[in-house]
Amino acid sequence: MRPTIVKAAALLALLVGVSGPALAGWELNMPRGVTPVSHEVYHLHMLALGIVTAIGIGVFSAIIWSLIHHRKSRGVTPAKWHESMTAEIAWTIVPFIILIALALPAAYVMINMEDDSGAEMTVKVTGYQWLWHYEYVDDEVDFYSRLDTSRQAMLGEIPKPDDYLVGVDNPLVLPTDRKVRFHHTSGDVIHAWWVPEFAMKKDSIPGFINTNWAEVQEVGVYYGRCAELCGRGHAFMPITVKAIPGEAYDEWLELMQAGEDEAAEELVAGHFNDEDYQVVENR
Amino acid sequence: MATAAPDQYYVPHHTYWPLITSAGMFGAALGGGIYLNGVGGGLILMLVGIAIIIGAAAGWFAEVIHESEHGYYNAQVDRSFRQGMLWFIFSEVMFFAAFFGALFYARVLSIPWLGGEGTGVTTYEFLHQGFQAAWPTHGPAELGGAFETIGAWGIPALNTSILLASGVTITFAHWALKQERRGALIGWMWATIILGAIFLGFQSYEYVHAWRDLNLTLGSGIYGSTFYMLTGFHGFHVTLGVIMLLVITLRCMKGHFTPKSHFGWEAVAWYWHFVDVVWLILFVFVYWI
Amino acid sequence: MSAVITEHDDHHHEAPSPWSIKRWLSTTNHKDIGTLYLWFALLMFFVGGFMALIIRAELFQPGLNLVDPHFFNQMTAMHALVMIFGAVMPAFVGLANWMVPMMIGAPDMALPRLNNWSFWILPFAFTLLLLTLFLPGGAPAAGWTLYPPLSLQTGAAFPFLILSIHLLGISSILGAINIIATIFNLRAPGMSLMKMPLFVWTWLITAYLVIAVMPVLAGAITMLLTDKFFATSFFSATGGGDPVLYQHIFWFFGHPEVYILILPAFGIISTIIPTFARKPLFGYSSMVYATASIAFLSFIVWAHHMFTVGMPLAGQLFFMFSTMLIAVPTGVKVFNWVATMWRGAMTFETPMLFAIAFVVLFTIGGFSGVMLALAPADIQYHDSYFVVAHFHYVLVPGAVFAIIAGVYYWLPKWTGHMYDERLGKWHFWLSAIFVNVLFFPQHFVGLAGMPRRIPDYSLQFANFNAISTVGAFGYGIAQLIFLWLVIKCIRGGKPATQEVWEGSRGLEWTVPSPAPHHTFQTAPEVK
Ligand code: HEA
Ligand code: HEA
Ligand code: CUA
Ligand SMILES: [Cu+2]
Repeated sequence: MRPTIVKAAALLALLVGVSGPALAGWELNMPRGVTPVSHEVYHLHMLALGIVTAIGIGVFSAIIWSLIHHRKSRGVTPAKWHESMTAEIAWTIVPFIILIALALPAAYVMINMEDDSGAEMTVKVTGYQWLWHYEYVDDEVDFYSRLDTSRQAMLGEIPKPDDYLVGVDNPLVLPTDRKVRFHHTSGDVIHAWWVPEFAMKKDSIPGFINTNWAEVQEVGVYYGRCAELCGRGHAFMPITVKAIPGEAYDEWLELMQAGEDEAAEELVAGHFNDEDYQVVENR
Repeated sequence: MATAAPDQYYVPHHTYWPLITSAGMFGAALGGGIYLNGVGGGLILMLVGIAIIIGAAAGWFAEVIHESEHGYYNAQVDRSFRQGMLWFIFSEVMFFAAFFGALFYARVLSIPWLGGEGTGVTTYEFLHQGFQAAWPTHGPAELGGAFETIGAWGIPALNTSILLASGVTITFAHWALKQERRGALIGWMWATIILGAIFLGFQSYEYVHAWRDLNLTLGSGIYGSTFYMLTGFHGFHVTLGVIMLLVITLRCMKGHFTPKSHFGWEAVAWYWHFVDVVWLILFVFVYWI
Repeated sequence: MSAVITEHDDHHHEAPSPWSIKRWLSTTNHKDIGTLYLWFALLMFFVGGFMALIIRAELFQPGLNLVDPHFFNQMTAMHALVMIFGAVMPAFVGLANWMVPMMIGAPDMALPRLNNWSFWILPFAFTLLLLTLFLPGGAPAAGWTLYPPLSLQTGAAFPFLILSIHLLGISSILGAINIIATIFNLRAPGMSLMKMPLFVWTWLITAYLVIAVMPVLAGAITMLLTDKFFATSFFSATGGGDPVLYQHIFWFFGHPEVYILILPAFGIISTIIPTFARKPLFGYSSMVYATASIAFLSFIVWAHHMFTVGMPLAGQLFFMFSTMLIAVPTGVKVFNWVATMWRGAMTFETPMLFAIAFVVLFTIGGFSGVMLALAPADIQYHDSYFVVAHFHYVLVPGAVFAIIAGVYYWLPKWTGHMYDERLGKWHFWLSAIFVNVLFFPQHFVGLAGMPRRIPDYSLQFANFNAISTVGAFGYGIAQLIFLWLVIKCIRGGKPATQEVWEGSRGLEWTVPSPAPHHTFQTAPEVK
């Protein structure tokens, strides 16, 4: 079957070659992220990946070995046995133990993830078809956040900007190194607020409030998306979060409270240069 | 080859009834959908579909009854029928389980959450201040306006005893059948049917009363939803059960069934007991506690 | 309890002409009905696959290139419904119809008329479902999971959607009841439960899953219907209900459903590997127990699809642990298959090739399943393409490969001709390569943050999506070979022997190829 493989490879190479320069990104893995929880999740993910890869190598090597050596064309006579208590007990117990080794750290991360005690501030996020509403509970600041990509860009009439389908008009602004509690709810159908670099995803359910938390450790621009199918515009309600140092955030809040939105925007913008806006998922 | 030797498994010749039944189901579903969309003609199509289903079922059963009465079926075929009926009833149980699940979920989880218990603290504080977690309820938005519920110890309790009594009468009928006492059999059958009909009569009266006088409707929040869906599907099954009882009673009167071979009869009896048991659970969880 | 066939009007035991419409419409013969099921499944596979190609074409590059986002959502929902209820489940029922009676030495299915009915509901139900594509507002577009409140926004299609799923449910339940009755009641003398071929065992357990959960789905969608048209508030907080309640009921059905889609596949693979390894299946009884444990566990893991809905911590932990447990019995199966190959004398005809690919690729899908089971990690994976990659690995090179393997394996028995082995090899290699090109990159984009069910995406996902689309078209074209091969095999080819395969064992290989219209008129003795 050589020719098939060659052809497939050629096709792929051609494709990637043609579209290569225009399209960046060969990201393979989950981002490490910028919150303590996201780091824990990342490590859990890598642990799980490592374990299944190891088991996979074991199982697949056995298969390959067998395929090579135990074929009729080599003139072997098939063995007669078809049972072995020891083997069967072993391959029941061993996976079980491996799973426990995986379940314990997972439970640990889970418990931590759910523990929002000691949060210093609260943001209420409400999903609508198809935009987000952010309320800084206790601070009397709230605004809507919408997709900032033009229709022409979607239709290919103008080139697609770097922040295609992730940029928004009013990003959520957060302070770094403060524990922020989020309340999620929805005004219509179910949405889900997902920022991979915070390892945060929670459904926004109409009539109920779900809670989770984040403590962003690095200044930066972070992108996310609505992760629950919510109708025609599901792909078009992205999330942009700008995390800035605590003092700057306090200043920003005051400006917002005073209604000086433009000054507030400039203040935030001052913390970032072009590179920060790049849609790199892996930090 | 009118009678089957004990070692013959009867495989019927070709038949169009299933196809016609399926077409009827298609018509009913298509018509029902059109009707629900508020387009004219749907209702008629739906009724035509249902009529086809009923007609085909009658034809199909007539064929089976004919074969049965002419001794085509051996004990093994009989067992196949029994298992088919048994697992069909099991699937019905699971259908009801979905609705009971909804009832338990609302009572044990979602209502308390909306009222601020457990993980619902913030839900309550931000969205439903003042909502009292209690049962019965029509939810934070008080859908459908104030309503009253049907007490357990009035008609429902009466209906419970009626259904239980009908379980007894059908058992008497079974004894009579096994002892080849036709007259008693037919008498007990009619008694069962009448009890079933009384049950349905009471149930309809209760519905009218609840809907008109107590303002308890399908729109009365989660209480109204679970109340009517559970009792409604049950009532529908009782109706089916009564129809099935009627059919086998008429067959008894025509001299069908023998003390040894009366699977058709037993299938209906099983069904009737199933309807009975569902009612007991319903009585406890919907009306009583 | 030997079984003799009686046909009380016509006595010909030869199959009537294949061109007789009457034969197909009114048949009570398990082989005819099996054939109907299999052709219907193949048709639906192409319909669902065509929809998948629309999805993949739209996702080839970023931008709104081909279809409207709303139409895209319709394709996603319909693709899944058609594939699951139209292709894979009917294909398994078709195989059961053909093979279960032959494997247990029965004259036919236990309830032949019911069997005809189970099948004929299907075309009507799918007509109803596919008709919605032409309604104002289009077909259902809320995913195959139909979560409210979104699904309640469906337009004119809504009642047709619900009622067609009711019909599908009735069809599956009746089919399952029939299979249970057949297996319990029509086994040849001497065929004790623990002597039954594994395909029969896995189907028995699957049938129980079907009758236990399809009614629950019916209940869930009935509540959707009344919420939409009759003012109930099961799934609305304003009336004291909860949208998440729907998800619980749905997944109580939905998780066992995914095992409905894989257990018969396990049975097929457990039949094929011993044949071509020329060695009895390793650990027959542990295979049976493993299947039963998987089925049991499948009832207590459902909320692993709901780790982001805001369940209490204890719930999350419970469902995480119970889900992980399923890896143990599934592992037993995988290890038993490997042990069956070990020290065998293998040959690699097409069924075996597909079976081996199944073992490897299903295991990869299972691995990602175990990763998804880790609740905190699933916070990242959930509703991303990582999930899409997971379930296509278990469904396509899993369930679909197993079905294809089964078809190759039994085709000579059905038609009396050998299929074209060269075409089969082509079909296998193209499928096996392209299925990986198609689905492996989806792991990457999923991990990097691409949500599922989106018609357009940001630029960093472009490369892998392009590759995936190439894979999809390659894989799709490869399936045309399969269609051609099957037609060719029906029309002619080298006559097949009674045993067909050197290592084949079991009652179905003791009758001529093609198998006579009525197989075991007198029940065989099983020692
Ligand atoms: C045939 C169908 C099928 C099968 C068999 C499986 C098998 C499994 N699935 Fe999958 N799953 C789906 C179909 C299937 N799934 C579908 C369709 C969805 C998405 C639905 C939707 O949202 O639309 C889904 C989604 C899904 C989710 C939800 C993801 C999300 O939405 O966030 C989860 C989470 O736990 C999960 C887990 C598992 C697990 C643990 C298994 C296990 O059964 C796998 C067990 C197998 C192995 C582990 C491999 C072999 C074992 C060994 C070699 C032993 C040693 C291994 C270890 C010790 C790790 N699946
Ligand atoms: C058994 C079930 C099953 C099967 C077999 C498949 C098969 C395939 N699936 Fe499916 N899929 C699901 C079940 C299944 N899927 C489910 C449950 C979902 C989730 C839906 C939801 O989110 O609600 C999903 C969602 C889903 C998505 C995500 C959509 C989204 O999130 O928006 C994608 C995207 O790539 C996809 C692709 C494919 C492809 C390319 C195939 C291929 O294997 C198909 C191959 C077959 C063909 C291609 C047809 C054969 C050939 C022709 C028609 C001839 C013409 C061919 C050419 C001219 C090339 N599927
Ligand atoms: Cu909002 Cu998807
Ligand atoms: Cu699952």
